[in-house]
Amino acid sequence: MIYYLAIIFCGSLFGFGLTISGMLNPSKVQSFLDISGNWDPSLVFVMLGGILCTFIGFKLILQKQSPLFDPKFHIPSNKLIDKKLIIGSSIFGIGWGLSGLCPGPAIGVLVSHLFPCLNFMIAMLGGLYLGKKINNYFF
Amino acid sequence: MITIDWTNFTPYHSLFGGVLIGVSAIFLMFLNGRILGISGILSDIINNQKVFKIDWKLIFIFGVLLGPIIYQSFFGKFNSEIVANTPLLIISGLLVGIGTSIGNGCTSGHGICGISRLSFRSILATFTFVFFGMFTVFLLGKL
Repeated sequence: MIYYLAIIFCGSLFGFGLTISGMLNPSKVQSFLDISGNWDPSLVFVMLGGILCTFIGFKLILQKQSPLFDPKFHIPSNKLIDKKLIIGSSIFGIGWGLSGLCPGPAIGVLVSHLFPCLNFMIAMLGGLYLGKKINNYFF
Repeated sequence: MITIDWTNFTPYHSLFGGVLIGVSAIFLMFLNGRILGISGILSDIINNQKVFKIDWKLIFIFGVLLGPIIYQSFFGKFNSEIVANTPLLIISGLLVGIGTSIGNGCTSGHGICGISRLSFRSILATFTFVFFGMFTVFLLGKL
């Protein structure tokens, strides 16, 4: 129970951070991507704040024997640079540019624009399902 | 030449929001040792979720939804504007879903957590999706 309350708090903090940072404004995200127009560099600061903080925090946490509610840390061990990584990230980038929405903010934008964002959300969930099938067949 | 949009530039809010996102990623690592990656969490819910089983992933997503609701109840509506029309939103959603699934991550997993771990995979993934995002917005502007 305490575990689930902590997880809700953790998710809310993430959603709250997204809101303050401006990530829940797809047109702002698109102006970050628009370097040939009127460029809004705010997202650089979101990344900077997130990365600096996490860089230090992960170093401290990972010195512990184990997390609080799990026997071990689940750190990705895959170090492979392959075409799957590049093709997938390219497709994601194109989709991200088209709307200014990526998976985390898409959840939060449901609060401000339920209906139009639901179109994106359902398509994205379908894409995550299809993507898994494509992974199994082609890669 | 790059011209900066000074009127919409929000360095302090964005930096502070970014720090909160980082604290959330650290807290999740502290709680259950997982990487905070929204596309991975959603993919697992869609592909492996058992009906009527509540686990941390579903609860976390519920929390992400709760964050902006809490924000609104304190500070009122937040700025949010969707430019894309419905067909574009659907195509965009499909590509984001397929792309993050094949590339194993999105802005949170690769962009924040992966780069913080100095994972070369994530650094390369982030450069790739930012580059293609910029290229796509550039093409949209030409239409």
